[in-house]
Amino acid sequence: MTGWLLRRIAQAALVVMLMTVIVFVGLHAIGNPVDILIGDDMNQQERLEAIARLGLDQPLWRQYLAFVDGALHGNLGKSFVYQEDAIRLILQRLPATMELAVGALVLAIVIGVPLGLFAGMKPEHPASKALMAASIVGFSLPAFWVALMFIMVFSVQLGWLPASGRGETRALLGVQWSWLTWDGLQHLILPAFNLALFKISLVLRLTRAGVREVLPQDFVKFARAKGLSNARVVVVHVLRNTLIPLVTVLGLELGATIAYAVVTESIFAWPGAGKLILDSINSLDRPVVVAYLMVVVVIFVTLNLVVDLLYKLLDPRVRLEGAR
Amino acid sequence: MSAEVPTLEVRELQTRFHTRAGVLPVVNGVSFTLGRGKVLGLVGESGSGKSVTGFSIMGLVDPPGVVEGGQVLFQGRDLTRLDDEARRSLRGNRIAMIFQDPMATLNPVLRIDTQMMEAVHAHRQVSNAEARQLATQALARMGIPSPDDRLRAYPHQLSGGMRQRVAIAIALLHGPDLIIADEPTTALDVTIQAQILSEMQTLVRETGMALIWISHDLSVVAGLADEIAVMYAGRIVEHGSVDDVLDHPQHPYTQGLIGSLPSANRKTRQRGARLTQIPGMAPNLLQMPSGCAFAPRCARATAACEAMPDMFRPRAEAPAHQARCFHPGAAVQTMEAAA
Amino acid sequence: MKAKTFDERSIWWRVGADFLHSRVAVFGLVILALVVLAALAAPWITPQNPYDLMQLDVLDARLHPGTPSSSAGYTYWLGTDGQGRDLYSAIVYGLRISLLVGIGSAAIAAVIGTLVGLLAAYAGGKVDALLMRLVDLLLSFPTILMALMILAYVGKGVGNVVLTLVLLEWAYYARTARGQALVETQREYVEAARGQGIPRWRILTGHILPNCLPPLLVIGALQIARAITLEATLSFLGLGVPITEPSLGLLISNGYQYLLSNEYWISFFPGVALLATIVAINLVGDQLRDVLNPRLQK
Repeated sequence: MTGWLLRRIAQAALVVMLMTVIVFVGLHAIGNPVDILIGDDMNQQERLEAIARLGLDQPLWRQYLAFVDGALHGNLGKSFVYQEDAIRLILQRLPATMELAVGALVLAIVIGVPLGLFAGMKPEHPASKALMAASIVGFSLPAFWVALMFIMVFSVQLGWLPASGRGETRALLGVQWSWLTWDGLQHLILPAFNLALFKISLVLRLTRAGVREVLPQDFVKFARAKGLSNARVVVVHVLRNTLIPLVTVLGLELGATIAYAVVTESIFAWPGAGKLILDSINSLDRPVVVAYLMVVVVIFVTLNLVVDLLYKLLDPRVRLEGAR
Repeated sequence: MSAEVPTLEVRELQTRFHTRAGVLPVVNGVSFTLGRGKVLGLVGESGSGKSVTGFSIMGLVDPPGVVEGGQVLFQGRDLTRLDDEARRSLRGNRIAMIFQDPMATLNPVLRIDTQMMEAVHAHRQVSNAEARQLATQALARMGIPSPDDRLRAYPHQLSGGMRQRVAIAIALLHGPDLIIADEPTTALDVTIQAQILSEMQTLVRETGMALIWISHDLSVVAGLADEIAVMYAGRIVEHGSVDDVLDHPQHPYTQGLIGSLPSANRKTRQRGARLTQIPGMAPNLLQMPSGCAFAPRCARATAACEAMPDMFRPRAEAPAHQARCFHPGAAVQTMEAAA
Repeated sequence: MKAKTFDERSIWWRVGADFLHSRVAVFGLVILALVVLAALAAPWITPQNPYDLMQLDVLDARLHPGTPSSSAGYTYWLGTDGQGRDLYSAIVYGLRISLLVGIGSAAIAAVIGTLVGLLAAYAGGKVDALLMRLVDLLLSFPTILMALMILAYVGKGVGNVVLTLVLLEWAYYARTARGQALVETQREYVEAARGQGIPRWRILTGHILPNCLPPLLVIGALQIARAITLEATLSFLGLGVPITEPSLGLLISNGYQYLLSNEYWISFFPGVALLATIVAINLVGDQLRDVLNPRLQK
């Protein structure tokens, strides 16, 4: 088990390294790194100083090493717009994005799994068919358009929920979270739901498919033959076996959600990392873009690793094989 | 025969599967009686409806199958008339079932003790510790060494024979009056098979429980059963004591089954004689002939066989021996030899 | 002469028949056909060319649906946007762009991806491993992020959007084509063909490729839907089409600012059109997948 773990961590590190090379080469290949990292509103003297300071007059491989060195020390350049450390900017805004992503995932599970369970156990029921039809619409919906419709209905016409922004926050473990306040929750509902719509459809369909695969298996019949109550058969036997592969999918989806938050954050003016990256792309604040890329890569690779680990732990067939 | 209520009495059981292609009469009027302490061997090829008969008795037929007719009298009570909760309380408690492939019947992601203790808790209010005790005892009774270790294991860590013993132990937990065993040894080695057979035999003798042993293999049930019922295309085509059916088979299908046994030590066969095969293919339940279902494959079929035969008693000396055939008899030689 | 039984007819006939079984899928197909026809016939079925600035009347901006035009002789059935465009015309022309970008990028990506996938299956060994690592890497990152990055470097515009989409999508086709090709090479007919001395590349194109088509078709259908959504999202974010030739995404984006004054139609109707198109494609794609799957087992 530890052998496997070490190998996976090594693999993950390799991927991160690969990404740094790609980013670095990308910086050089696509544009003039001088412009990208320094910005063009300096006079000639300042430019020369900046170039020397950033080591941009060095040979490529030296620059790359310097880049990596800087990355390891958490220095990926200063934002043009905010004049702050790019990395710090992103890390500051990350909790807001995490709130959205995790909230969306929780919604997806809480709504999608029970509905998917029902649809899987009673596929011929009219409600099940309606759910499946709804799920197709659900993952066909363009998220940005739905966001606008949400705002229109719930904020403008009904006036129930705020149209944009993040609510008040309270501190927990040294970080400011908005879901800990009522006002914060009110601001969180619409964007989280918006982000969750696609996921709910996905979870619903996956759960249903999983249930339909598990249900006809012999051990379910055997559980019933033992005289177990229907509730226990469904929850302990059917659901448990369905959820194991589902968990791995959801873990990977978390990563995707963090990325897709970009659009939602932009519409709801949610001050997360996604909105930051969008603004930075539009205002050509390249250091922030680079820093964001690196952060996302690390998050993704870590998530992949955790999901793999989780799967090994949850499925005893896999876990105990590896121990031999 | 004593006047006590038989453990199981099945009357004209009908189970139909409603598929897109049509309605399949998988169990088509099955009747038999099973007394206390008796073993019935239910034999037939795949698709004959033998397993579904077992499920129908348990009330475990999955959609698109529905039990649509007949009665299942367990100790006098008609199970088909009971509500879900009443049936659930009987399952695993007074009537238990053992399935064919223990790797598939035990949930692979749960430990053995979980799966055994939940079976205990389903019918008895005991503490976890007591449930674990009962489980350990049940395993010990099945001759499983170091039961505590086995309990903490997962199904895939045990051998096939061990898993089936666990499944049997679970079935026996509450001392049922009836066990339905659906091909329990088919997936196991011959040696393990023999062990389990003899263990079941002892159990039946000691506890007086009734046993239905479903199999496609006559030779397996030959040593164990008191009575044999042969199924074909959803109906019982021959039924009698084990000696009657094996020594004096009446229905051509039964004769074909026996004739294809390499180990047959019947008086009519010599060593080295050819094995016979039953010509033709298993019947398609959607396109059944109007009369006897076996007629298309039968060397003895005549125009009379276009009507559905009842169960006749062809042997005056053995009134309990029945066969569903217009031309019953020991005409083994007319069967086609294998090419 | 006995009429042909179901199993004897050609495989495409059977696929078609199975497909038509599902009323929902037929419904999707009909909608899709309508959308495509509308897009093709755009100049003839719309009263206005929304890309021709000469035809727009700024005084007619932000009119309610159903308001007649003040200068031209027609009614704005779906209202007008901030620049005075007839929304109905804009939607029809916008559908053109969506379909063009979606189908175009899917087609190009399919060709490239299939070639790469078949190459990987054919070459095997290190080449195969390398290509599949690349594919895995590409597929493990969320599309929107990659799209944003690429567009950040190459700049805006429809052409660049198509380029981005192709870059992101080819991997799906590659993985599927390779997987299917590997399965096919194990089949007996390939052994038989090789035994007859038919050159490998011919086996590839004549035998294996046609058998890879069904899953590629399914993937293609669903990819088109993704591509259209992605183009709309990118246009919405201002990274796609130019503002003088709005696609559905840009129309929706334009309408954003008017939402708060309850002028919903500018964002609403284009979204409905987009949704209908995507749902239709997904319905068709879903049914295609269900229908084509058991065929593959043969």
